[in-house]
Amino acid sequence: MSEALPAQAQMTAGGAIGASSLAPDADRAKYVLRLADTSLIVAQQLGAWIGQAPALEEDLGLANIALDLLGQGRLLLAYAGELEGRGRDEDALAFLREPSEFVNVSLAEQPNGDFADTVMRQLLLDAWQIELFEALERSRDERLGQIAAKAVKETRYHLRYSGGWVVRLGDGTAESHERTQQALQRLWPYTAELFDADPLEEALAAAGIGPHPAALAAGWRARLQEVLAEATLILPPPASFRWYGKRGEHNEHLGHLLAEMQILQRTYPGAKW
Amino acid sequence: MYAQALDQPEGHRECASADGAALEARFLSRVASEQKVEPKDWMPERYRRTLIRQISQHAHSEIVGMLPEGNWITRAPSLKRKAILMAKVQDEGGHGAYLYAAAETLGAAREDLIEQLLSGAAKYSSIFNYPTPTWADVGAIGWLVDGAAIMNQIPLCRCSYGPYARAMVRICKEESFHQRQGFEIMLTLARGTPEQRRMAQEALNRWWWPSLMMFGPGDADSKHTADSVRWKIKRFTNDELRQKFVDFTVPQAQFLGLKVPDPELRLDEASGHYRFGAIDWAEFNEVLRGNGPCNRERLAARREAHESGRWVREAAAAYAEKQRARTSAAAA
Repeated sequence: MSEALPAQAQMTAGGAIGASSLAPDADRAKYVLRLADTSLIVAQQLGAWIGQAPALEEDLGLANIALDLLGQGRLLLAYAGELEGRGRDEDALAFLREPSEFVNVSLAEQPNGDFADTVMRQLLLDAWQIELFEALERSRDERLGQIAAKAVKETRYHLRYSGGWVVRLGDGTAESHERTQQALQRLWPYTAELFDADPLEEALAAAGIGPHPAALAAGWRARLQEVLAEATLILPPPASFRWYGKRGEHNEHLGHLLAEMQILQRTYPGAKW
Repeated sequence: MYAQALDQPEGHRECASADGAALEARFLSRVASEQKVEPKDWMPERYRRTLIRQISQHAHSEIVGMLPEGNWITRAPSLKRKAILMAKVQDEGGHGAYLYAAAETLGAAREDLIEQLLSGAAKYSSIFNYPTPTWADVGAIGWLVDGAAIMNQIPLCRCSYGPYARAMVRICKEESFHQRQGFEIMLTLARGTPEQRRMAQEALNRWWWPSLMMFGPGDADSKHTADSVRWKIKRFTNDELRQKFVDFTVPQAQFLGLKVPDPELRLDEASGHYRFGAIDWAEFNEVLRGNGPCNRERLAARREAHESGRWVREAAAAYAEKQRARTSAAAA
């Protein structure tokens, strides 16, 4: 992680056009992979709800969000693969990497749990992804800007869905309130990572490729507080332990998720599907 | 909203009087002249009941049908296949939603219909009681099950009941897309590694006979056909549709280089139809009675989703009630 240097110091012959003069391809590949993995892992998790949701409308709604996130993941993985320049396409990156090579934020890989856990995880991520994609729309990396412009429209819809449900559950029955407050408590420690910059993010922010993570915190908090106030939920205190999935430091869930997702590609190496 | 607003069962009540006979005669002549019956129109009670049964069974089949394919969403072998499969299973949920809405135009309530599914009182297509142990089963379902569904459903686009006919137009477009995607999965497997070809053949072996059973009992044994044909709910008999499906599908299997698991299958040159072996109706009846390979799992999965979601639905209702109270308090 610490190999990322200020962009000017790392100019390489590899990047000939546009934004590649602003940051090395390898750094951008790592950064784009983080965005891709987060969308992909959440899509994979939401996919498991389809057919099991609390009502038919929720099967459809969660499937919509899963499809959007999978679409984002695919565009971003393909781009990361191109930047990386090792001939890995979206499937090679999704199905043939080890858990420690995944760099999604830890929040994304938290288990589906009950419906409150799922919509709370979604709310926390949606509010962050809106801020992130809005900032990335202004990226000096044009391709990333285009992907973000598409994704931000989708994410606004996702936030309406997750926010709508957190309000209904939070201000619904005593049971739903309790479950939703518990979900917020469980997931809260994983939100710190979203705003803690590491050297890669510092370098790409300096090069105008991505936002500085800390700059997203105020907007995220405002969006979140608006929903939580209406939902009659309270913000937990800051967590003492922090997870950094974006650096490949994962808890135990991701290995299981990937074992399931990757099974056919791993069992039949080289087969086309 | 159309659904609830028109929920007026008294308008549909059977009339034993001379008026009733006149209404029924007028109804039959409208149907005979291919005019659509709409929710507000008078209709015989048996017509209404037949439609509620058929439409709700169809809706239940879509909902239960999400399970065998949903089984592979998290394990789809490429991201493109995952996206297609998610969208497909979502389409099935969507079909269920507009079919329930069509049944509601006849005075049925969706909650009651779902209750009938969960209690085991209502039927759904018995094909979904078969398992999907491999990825090839997802291909076989698209190719064969959606293929058979299209054969059954295209005539329903001209069904006499307007809301059902219109729902079927949209459903058939999507089903035909699903059928092509399923065939494409099979084609990729058939042209793939020896393991993939074996997977494809085994899936065809599993799904061929159950797909033929999807058209229902032979004409001689079908209880519902006569009235349904007269009312223009049904336009072809079970056996006619089954034959059409076989004629359409066997050349596709040949193209894939797969063997249809029927030693008696042969082309009858004179008629141009494929003649096929006897269907094991004992198996069909066992599956219908609840003794198929996955009947218990399918219903258990639906019940589990319904029960685990109860607190969520209660919360949504409680919130809506609070909102109503707040709005009226603000207005007062």
